[in-house]
Amino acid sequence: MPVQTAAPRIEVRASAPVETISARTKVAVRNLDFFYGRVQALHQISIEIPERIVMAFIGPSGCGKSTFLRTLNRMNDVIPGTRVGGEVLIDDHDIYAPGTDVVDLRRRVGMVFQKSNPFPKSIFDNVAYGLRINRVTGSGSELEGRVEQALKDAALWNEVKDRLKTSALSLSGGQQQRLCIARALAIRPEVLLMDEPASALDPIATSKIEELIFDLKKQYTIVIVTHNMQQAARVSDRTAFFLLGKLIEVNATEKIFTAPNVKTTEDYITGRFG
Amino acid sequence: MANYDRIRRANSAFMTTLTGLCTLLAVGALIIILAHIAWQGIGSLNWQFLIDRPRPVGEGGGIGNAIVGSLLLLLISSAFGLPLGICVGVYLSEIGRGRLGGAVRFIVDTLTGIPSIVTGVFVYAIMVVPTKHFSALAGGVALALIMIPIVARTTEEMLKLVPHSLREGALALGAPQWRVTVGVVIPAAASGIATGAMLAIARVSGETAPLLFTAFGSRFFPESLNQPIASLTVQIYNYAISPYDEWHAQAWAATLVLMTLVLGINIIVRFLTRKKF
Repeated sequence: MPVQTAAPRIEVRASAPVETISARTKVAVRNLDFFYGRVQALHQISIEIPERIVMAFIGPSGCGKSTFLRTLNRMNDVIPGTRVGGEVLIDDHDIYAPGTDVVDLRRRVGMVFQKSNPFPKSIFDNVAYGLRINRVTGSGSELEGRVEQALKDAALWNEVKDRLKTSALSLSGGQQQRLCIARALAIRPEVLLMDEPASALDPIATSKIEELIFDLKKQYTIVIVTHNMQQAARVSDRTAFFLLGKLIEVNATEKIFTAPNVKTTEDYITGRFG
Repeated sequence: MANYDRIRRANSAFMTTLTGLCTLLAVGALIIILAHIAWQGIGSLNWQFLIDRPRPVGEGGGIGNAIVGSLLLLLISSAFGLPLGICVGVYLSEIGRGRLGGAVRFIVDTLTGIPSIVTGVFVYAIMVVPTKHFSALAGGVALALIMIPIVARTTEEMLKLVPHSLREGALALGAPQWRVTVGVVIPAAASGIATGAMLAIARVSGETAPLLFTAFGSRFFPESLNQPIASLTVQIYNYAISPYDEWHAQAWAATLVLMTLVLGINIIVRFLTRKKF
């Protein structure tokens, strides 16, 4: 199957804020294979993700898009019996090279999961968790400042500022997911991976998350997996289409949804299968 | 169709009645035991009985030394048994997933099934024989050996109930494995782990056999952990097999105190570990 690698140039969408988007490659994946035991889940994936854009991964269930996302911060390491081949370069450094500090990698590449997973602690402690374990902050007031900033970045501050000490589990589903985003943002990662972050949310909460993603790309490189093609079209600059563990096509989102190069992509986005 | 419905309703009613009756039987038995002990024990219960040490027949006396002894034994056994058991449980749930973990789990399960008298004889052989005297320490170790497998398995089960997504969430924030376990997984399972610990304490507080050859019993208040020490269970046993009515009555009263003690521990631990979030 034809695999098109990313062009270094980015087409700025009409709706995007007028600013120069850096075309520097943040993440470069070369010939990535991935195995669950003997089952090969990813075949020879090669893709480049430029800095400070939103890259969406679309494709039917089981196509490997989540698996691929999880190779970018080595979250698959925790699943026994998995194996990786090929290279994942972040800032030109192979994260699967021996001697890579996985803990440090995950600080730089944050992740938001499909199902919100706040810790059974207070709202404040949830956001402070990453800061505390990484000893990012020295003083207590600095910690409070960072927590406040993260909650503001995640557009949650106004809703929770008066009850930071209450349980995170008392928040609504959409708020919990934004809390998880705040938690990931607090340690200021360079890349933010989002695995279907809005799939369990209602339309209002979803639109809040989408607005948030749009804001966040000014500072972060965002990779989002989504089932929802409209969502990919709304939030992303570039879109990659996966099928059966292979990367079929990657291009500017506009191109993918209006004039895809590959017939299979067209069949999928027009709803002929999947 | 109407016939089918009738059978279904009859089945449902039958099963509801059956489970209800079984529950009634079990709860009823418990209530009868508690009521009987209270009935028999309350008569000999007074303040003097709770603070005095045993006296010869006819002179009254009490179980103050046995209460102190039982609490000390529980303290010693908890100090050894709870941390060890919890650590084994954490190992089984969070680290030992391979064949070694399976082997450890099998050993722990086997340990659970060992009759407590065997544990008592074992501790007698390794602690009492070499030192040539019974001691509170030996009794505490014997009880700890009984606690460890119980605590280990309940801890493991409770940790396994913590959703995997919480572990992933913490890992994704750059937390090293041990901090995930200590800072997120264990707190999330804390009330469950405490319940397991409580069960283990309640279980060993009723043990008599392992104490017979280790703590032995004493008619005096404890002065040193290196000396034989009294306990409620051994005291109850000694009084119950005695030929004196007065001691029989005291055995009932001591049983009531023991039950209250276990209930008290339960309530305190539940209060301390109530869900905060």
